[in-house]
Amino acid sequence: MSFFDELLKTSQHLSKHRNPHLDDEQILQADDLSVRYESGAALDEVTFSLNAGQRLAIVGPNGAGKSTLLQVIAGVLTPTSGQVHIFGHAPGGHICIAYVPQRSQVDWSFPVTVSDVVMMGRVGQLGLFRNPAKHDWQLVNQALEVVSLTQLAKRQISQLSGGQQQRMFIARALAQEAELMLMDEPLTGLDVNSQEQIFAILDQLKTQNVTVLISLHDLQMAAQRFDEVLLLNKRMLGIGDPELVLAPENLLAAYGGHLHLVPTEDGLLALGDTCCEGEHDHA
Amino acid sequence: MLEFILEPLQYAFMVRGLIAAVLVGMVSAVVGTYIVLRGMAFFGDALAHAILPGIAVGYLVGGGAREPLFWWALVTAILSSLGIGAISRNTQIKEDTAIGIVFAGMFALGVALISTVRSYTVDLAHFLFGDVLGVRNADLWLIAAFGGFVLLAILAFYKEFMVLSFDPILAATLRLPVRLLDFLLLVLIAITIVVSLQTVGVALMVAMLVTPAATAYLLTRRLPIMMALAAAIASISGVIGLYISYYLSIASGSAIVLTCTAIFGLVWGIRATVTRRRAQQF
Repeated sequence: MSFFDELLKTSQHLSKHRNPHLDDEQILQADDLSVRYESGAALDEVTFSLNAGQRLAIVGPNGAGKSTLLQVIAGVLTPTSGQVHIFGHAPGGHICIAYVPQRSQVDWSFPVTVSDVVMMGRVGQLGLFRNPAKHDWQLVNQALEVVSLTQLAKRQISQLSGGQQQRMFIARALAQEAELMLMDEPLTGLDVNSQEQIFAILDQLKTQNVTVLISLHDLQMAAQRFDEVLLLNKRMLGIGDPELVLAPENLLAAYGGHLHLVPTEDGLLALGDTCCEGEHDHA
Repeated sequence: MLEFILEPLQYAFMVRGLIAAVLVGMVSAVVGTYIVLRGMAFFGDALAHAILPGIAVGYLVGGGAREPLFWWALVTAILSSLGIGAISRNTQIKEDTAIGIVFAGMFALGVALISTVRSYTVDLAHFLFGDVLGVRNADLWLIAAFGGFVLLAILAFYKEFMVLSFDPILAATLRLPVRLLDFLLLVLIAITIVVSLQTVGVALMVAMLVTPAATAYLLTRRLPIMMALAAAIASISGVIGLYISYYLSIASGSAIVLTCTAIFGLVWGIRATVTRRRAQQF
């Protein structure tokens, strides 16, 4: 069966045949997703859906299963039970899903330039035995322009700052012509300026009707900058308007004793577990 | 000076040896680029050792003919790499331990098989340390054909191998046939080891795979340039090594490997000095 899968993938990569996008289907439908290991559940019956162009922040403590959820949706990790549908089909048949990795997941001394990495996003559309054509370079250059990295296109990737590294990965997702972008902690470890640059890019993605699912561990940022959040601690504890979802009783359920609720003039301020640069999920 | 260069060339075995060393150097250095970038040096070393029983069986079956030796070695290499994968996937044993188990077991089996032959020490030494001056015309064709196949495959799957080595999750979301590509790379490494066998032998093989590529890695930050530089360094080392071997009567395989190592040492030393100078200037 696995050998057959590989052959199928090879023929699709060769022929460039992909699942069609049906307009009347939702871009993402996740049903009862669970991932269980011998040590316990990493994800427990998560169900939600997204419409095209929506932007959703996933928040939760370290080890809540945020990366696991993103990887299941990307079709990289197979759930123990439950199903993901992208435009009505399993994610494995789509190359319109981009996973924007955490910066710590990549070897930055790899001998490639920024434009090499962005061009990697085109490899799926190119298919086997085809080299990048003019059209592909145009897309790469456009993507670099969107994230303001045109000047650094020929730089080796180790010479980039953290914010530039993150923007390069977003450019790669753009070059992939992704309609669903899954961003794993893109704001972690960045200074305020770099974070604002990412937010500006996110706003531009919204105008292009790109659907973005973004994991965060900064509750305050989720509440202030996102219209919709999903609170996760293995189970889904709420989804929707941050003011309702991030209510104290939900936060206590998600964070337990690790959260301090401080009363302020506007209500309760949650001082959460916002530590730990580069969260490592036990995927 | 000219005489110094031309003198060894009057011997046909030297000319054949030089051609073999250059061909093998190019192929193993290009494949070695991926071995260095993916941190597979131990795997490469183990695979080279693990093919010894295949060589022994090929040798016993073929009575000294090259072709059966080649095919038996190739099959053994592929079986060994599958075995390593099977052990580390299906048990709690980590991959490097699995490599150690298969590598040592297969190597011992090879030595045992060869020891059943009468001229045991001479033959074993050839397999272990290479015999590039014993290369025949037919061997050269075999090296050229299979080496050419390996280089063509690396070229054809260049962008897929690059994505797979840099970011496996991207490879998965682009729906590349990741496991098939991984297996193809293993087969290419196996073929490279088998064609390089006669030049440096089983024991020194890993140097041909790793040292020129690592030297190139110190010099450039572009993958295609790294491959070209590694190939150039390996070929030059092959030529210089054979001349050293001719004039100083040193075993050819070790002379080639020592030249590779010396070039690495030189580049590393120069780089270290330059970086220190720069650091002092600022």
